[in-house]
Amino acid sequence: MTSVIVDRRPDKGKSTANRQRVLKRLSGALKSQVDQLIARRKLNEHDKATEVTIERKDVSEPSFSIDPASGDSARVVPGNQHYRVGDKIPRDPAGGQGRGQGQGPGDGDDEDAFRFALSREEYLSLLFDELELPALVKKELLEIDENRFRRGGVVRYGNPGTVCVARTFKASIGRRVAAEAQFEEALEEAEAALKLARLSAEPARVQAAQLELKEVRQRGADIPFLDPVDLRHRSLIEVQSPRTAAVMFCLMDVSSSMDEARKDLAKRFFTLLYLFLTRKYAKVELVFIRHTDQAQEVDEDTFFNGTQAGSTKVLSALAKMHEIIRLRYPASQYNIFGAQASDGDSFGADSTDSSAYLIAQLLPESRYFVYAEVGEASSNTPTSLWTAYCGIQSEQFNMATVKGRNEVYPALAKLFQKEQPVAYAMG
Amino acid sequence: MRESSTLSGSEWAMDDLLAIEQFCAGHAERYGLDTFPNQMEVITSEQMLDSYVSSGLPVNYAHWSFGKHFLIESGKYQSGANALAYEIVLNTNPCIAFLMEGNSLAMQALVIPHACFGHNSFSKGNYLFQQWTQPDAVLDYMLFARNYVADCEERHGAERVEQTLDALHALRDQGLDKYKRPRKLDTRKERVEQARRLAVAQESMRQAEYYSVVPHAEKPTAAEPVFPASPEENLLYFIEKHAPKLEPWQRELARIVRKIAQYFYPQRQTQVMNEGWATFWHHRLLNDMYDARQIDQGILLECLHSHTNVIRQPEYGRLNPYALGFAAWNEIKRVCEAPTTEDREYLPEIAGQDWLKTFHDVMQNYRDESFLLQFLTPKLARDFRLMAIQTREGLDHWTVNDTAGGEGFKAIRSQLAASYRLESYIPEISVVRYGRDSDRKLVLQHQSYNGRTLHSAQTEQTLKHLRWLWGFDVTLEALDQSGRTIKTY
Repeated sequence: MTSVIVDRRPDKGKSTANRQRVLKRLSGALKSQVDQLIARRKLNEHDKATEVTIERKDVSEPSFSIDPASGDSARVVPGNQHYRVGDKIPRDPAGGQGRGQGQGPGDGDDEDAFRFALSREEYLSLLFDELELPALVKKELLEIDENRFRRGGVVRYGNPGTVCVARTFKASIGRRVAAEAQFEEALEEAEAALKLARLSAEPARVQAAQLELKEVRQRGADIPFLDPVDLRHRSLIEVQSPRTAAVMFCLMDVSSSMDEARKDLAKRFFTLLYLFLTRKYAKVELVFIRHTDQAQEVDEDTFFNGTQAGSTKVLSALAKMHEIIRLRYPASQYNIFGAQASDGDSFGADSTDSSAYLIAQLLPESRYFVYAEVGEASSNTPTSLWTAYCGIQSEQFNMATVKGRNEVYPALAKLFQKEQPVAYAMG
Repeated sequence: MRESSTLSGSEWAMDDLLAIEQFCAGHAERYGLDTFPNQMEVITSEQMLDSYVSSGLPVNYAHWSFGKHFLIESGKYQSGANALAYEIVLNTNPCIAFLMEGNSLAMQALVIPHACFGHNSFSKGNYLFQQWTQPDAVLDYMLFARNYVADCEERHGAERVEQTLDALHALRDQGLDKYKRPRKLDTRKERVEQARRLAVAQESMRQAEYYSVVPHAEKPTAAEPVFPASPEENLLYFIEKHAPKLEPWQRELARIVRKIAQYFYPQRQTQVMNEGWATFWHHRLLNDMYDARQIDQGILLECLHSHTNVIRQPEYGRLNPYALGFAAWNEIKRVCEAPTTEDREYLPEIAGQDWLKTFHDVMQNYRDESFLLQFLTPKLARDFRLMAIQTREGLDHWTVNDTAGGEGFKAIRSQLAASYRLESYIPEISVVRYGRDSDRKLVLQHQSYNGRTLHSAQTEQTLKHLRWLWGFDVTLEALDQSGRTIKTY
């Protein structure tokens, strides 16, 4: 009988195929989970793994089974301490009846839901599917820039794949030269001793000297051609890709005409832009500016969830953005991106003023400014802001209407297509 | 190898596992434990979860339900609600035992005799395993199944394969020939026959087409004979052979699901015996190894600690198969060696017999139900403080019928044994009529006992799957004990 041991540990990922299948099966339930997550998560949290909760009924596996509540049951239970024949025991779980012999449906598990972790890629894929991103863009966003490696000279230790043959041989030659010099000295001495011994003609001494010489010769023969100490390896040093910094300004109209649906679209718009920027820049800072007729810099929660009454003045937000740039984000150190979401309502001269301000003050300092008009248009005529922005002729400016989730990407498409020039501002 | 021949400490190397296996083999030989060769595989926790979801089969076809179980189990494991098994063993030849990499040396010293000698010898010797499983062929068959399913996905689309498997899985418990022995698995024969079945199907289709253009006399409209002649309890088999609309590959999938379900049939019926047997032998072999100074005291104590946890029997609740089985085998040994007058009265066949001979005989020829009916001793019933309780539908309490101390021992014994019958928790459903030459309607019957009826929501959903497979109307008549129809689905 032969027994064997197999180390099975390297065979990984056997469950991957089944995991993909169950995620596909759950896509409906997962989509609604992702919807909730988009509402709940902060912009810079989208790039992380997450936990989701799935109702068991979404993945139930039925089978013919006996209703545990029906009929007469008889059981044998252990641990009877004080009951006698004829005693009555209340029939509830606390009475120690457990679940009975009848197997429950499905997994024999009573919980209604289970939680599991969705990896970053799986989460983003769900998010992107909904936004209907083109495949290439998806791929680009899913990839994480790994740190690059740079040659770092030669070191003594490393894995066999990195052995530097030439340097190893050099080391070997050096060692052998040193060792052989020592050996030759010893050899000369031994030979001289033998000569002397022969002269003395004492057989014992001759024998000893011969033995000594033989040993020395053996030592010489034992000098290895290559020794582990000779090994030299090419070293690779992990370096972080050049750090470049960007700042993303989120501008949003929060007057009462911006309802929940519009804000939801706006959030997706900002999220996608943020994800895009994090792929291009090592560090992306976020600034949230909300405005009615006055602009305010706020934190993310307030930005998406706070409400404020008032009329609309877009110019106030643009001015605020400019002010913050001057104070904190000099264009020489930051790549400045602006993203504005609004329903397009503005009054009086505000639209034209805003457009002019954008051209004169903001666009020269920004890498890109994108305006998204979110939600269904209330009338057939274009909004005043749209009309005014239409006059902006600049490579760095883009605008689009976003009526549904599938239109978020087209608003940013131009940005994605554009090959980024090399001249980044270095942070 | 370490210098001293006595194993100690908690770290282990691959050699140590082999050493433990060799030590055990030496002792096991004295007891006449006949085993398949062992193949011990060291696995990670993730791989252990993998094995969970396919009931220990190292190879399985891809299906979302396995992914679901993986998610659930790994969630439980990660949240700390469930610990993982230390080992999983499957009756194959060679006997594959999965050992977790995280086990300490002592745990490995516990699980190797448990799995590689206890379960291994049980599945080699027990009659149910001999009749129902083919340890030489199962891995080949699973490989065949996996490739076949993958092939179907490519040819017919993953969605159709998934839908078919979903439906078949719903009927998994109804895929057993309880009274017929299954045929031996043979991958080569499977392939040949699969091709033959396909050829027959094509030929009959060709002929049907041919005869459809040849004029022939009207058939006499005699009363249609009832088909099947006697009720068929193997639903999956019936579907494979008779479902009017299934394509050949779908029939093949039905066959695969059925064969795999069948493979676990002996395991479900011998849990108490099998776990008790393995626990008895790991306990015995560990002590032997200690006596032979092959393991040190530290290892023995850690093993005994785990052993005690394994055979812990909580009050009320469910009977722990390890505890019950371990106690039952120890009782058999006691009755053989030192029977009391009571034992001679209840178990005259084994009282005073050679224990080892009796052990092998019992292990080979019984299943849980007959094992408990035959060998449960009054002392064990008292030690476990067993009592038989009963309730009726709608009552808010259980009534104690019998307690272990009194006259009720025999009643407790038979009731306990009966609860290990498959029929006590898998509903008996059989095909009674198939309108083969008329409307192709399928009629099923469920025979209920003691008013234990089907779970209606589950039944509706399962029937939905069945109707999809069948392609025509399917009804299920639920009968009460007197044969009256109480509900029609």
